[in-house]
Amino acid sequence: MMDISGTNTSDAILTAKAGISAKRKAKIGALKGLMYFAAALTTVLLVGIIGYIFFRGVPHVTWNLLSTTPSLLTDNIGILPNILNTLYIIIIALVFALPIGVGTAVYLNEYATNKKLVRVIELATETLSGIPSIIYGLAGMLIFVQAMNMGTSILAGALTLAVMTLPIIIRTTQEALKTVPDSYREGALALGAGRWHMVRTVVLPSAMDGIVTGIILSIGRIVGESAALLYTAGMANEILTPLKSITPGNAGATLTVSLYMYAKERGQFDVAFAIAVILLIITFVINISAKLLGKKLKK
Amino acid sequence: MDGTVTLQKSRLKKQKSVENIFKTIFLIFGMFSIAFVIFISIFLIISGVPAITKIGFFKFMFGTKWASTAAKPSFGILPFILTSVYGTCGALLVSVPVGIFCAVYLAKMAPGPVAAAVREAVDLLAAIPSVVYGLFGMIIIVPSVRKLFNLPDGANLFSATVVLAIMVLPSIISESETALRAVPKEYEEGSLALGATYTETVFKVSLPAARSGVLTSVILGTGRAIGEAMAVMMVAGNVANMPGIFKSVRFLTTAVASEMSYSSGLQRQALFSIALVLFFFIIMINVVLRKLTSKGEVK
Repeated sequence: MMDISGTNTSDAILTAKAGISAKRKAKIGALKGLMYFAAALTTVLLVGIIGYIFFRGVPHVTWNLLSTTPSLLTDNIGILPNILNTLYIIIIALVFALPIGVGTAVYLNEYATNKKLVRVIELATETLSGIPSIIYGLAGMLIFVQAMNMGTSILAGALTLAVMTLPIIIRTTQEALKTVPDSYREGALALGAGRWHMVRTVVLPSAMDGIVTGIILSIGRIVGESAALLYTAGMANEILTPLKSITPGNAGATLTVSLYMYAKERGQFDVAFAIAVILLIITFVINISAKLLGKKLKK
Repeated sequence: MDGTVTLQKSRLKKQKSVENIFKTIFLIFGMFSIAFVIFISIFLIISGVPAITKIGFFKFMFGTKWASTAAKPSFGILPFILTSVYGTCGALLVSVPVGIFCAVYLAKMAPGPVAAAVREAVDLLAAIPSVVYGLFGMIIIVPSVRKLFNLPDGANLFSATVVLAIMVLPSIISESETALRAVPKEYEEGSLALGATYTETVFKVSLPAARSGVLTSVILGTGRAIGEAMAVMMVAGNVANMPGIFKSVRFLTTAVASEMSYSSGLQRQALFSIALVLFFFIIMINVVLRKLTSKGEVK
């Protein structure tokens, strides 16, 4: 009995297989093969790029590189000024982008009653997120450097990037605000809280994780940005004090811009690879922490 | 009694005025995005139009010769426009099929852990700063292209296209994957019940059902490729030639960036005009994108 039923099933499989013509089978196989190939190619690309950059760069990431300023006299190359400039730009850009971005999201989600206005604001935000960084660089140069007389400076660069990161902060905050249950709002309002009181004490604290995710993603974008900074923040490699960084007229290259200069203009590839390693590590840490936060948010 | 009522009334009044103040503040924050878009557009138009009128619209847009610093300068930007178009199309030609196959694999076929790993790789590829891609291109792709095709110099349109293809890949994969995941299970079950194999179902039912999302991913990729500046600047050779696959070329983005630092007079104005043309392209892409996504929402 067992045997018979066994042959029966295998027969069934055989006829089912026979139902698929050889041509059809080959087609399915080809599609599957292409899929594996595409997925493998993507992974290999990533591993190859990262592997090669670490291979070339890691030996040159030295304490001396990280802690000194470049000097033509002693032929020393250090990237401390570039690290500081990157930090300054992150902080200044966020000081502007964060309140405006969170404020916009709060307005869109909690206050706005005029649907047309909401649509226009959302259209504007989308447009901002689609503008390429070289255009931001040019607009920043025209508006902040020239029209507002800041000169090529950290401040002008940071303001340019503030505009550029605004859409990221608006979007992540808005997504977080949408996950706050309406019952929270109703509860607060029913207890007699005004709308602002409700936003401040109930809505914003519940949306905190989303806002932090927005900050992290913005930092990632700022750290990786270069085209928008070339003609706004400039290419200087001197150490600036925090006070100087917010005074107009003090130029400074970030890590990305200095990488470009060392690779393209000066042919110092070892330094360029070392900076690339640092950039990769920063962006990966940022990526992973944003993801962890996002997971927490979903719970 | 009377006292407490007036006290309450004054408190209510105060609360109301606080409410109004914050409502106005949030409204102002919301207007910032609109203001930025308007400012950027106005500044680009004001600085971009004069050179176009001076040179003549057709001479500028369809002139095949760019010699901005020659004794008798000529400002035709057709080489840049065509290079951007060719480079973008070439990159998409590779990354769209690879991206779609990879997205199908991730969304429909890959076992959990494998999908998670490949997805992580895709996210990290998206996070790598463009200067790092540029550096990788300069050191790996340019010399390989030179050797492979036996050329005097590997910095050409082909190398730039390869770099762009890698850079565009992640946005195509992740956007297409999201679209594929959103396809209702019933579609696939119907196809399976009719006797199609799983692979056939995925390609003949799921993929067509997700086409608007896939198309969105392609448009997003187009935007990213056409706006990319730094990576391209490091590998394309930067000579204002009419495009040819193994010729040194300039893209719209790099045409703006490469002369900005030393330009003056009409040459500088013409650079702003190039930026305006690029901005126009980007706005068109945004409009198409918006049409596509809003159509998706209606469904």
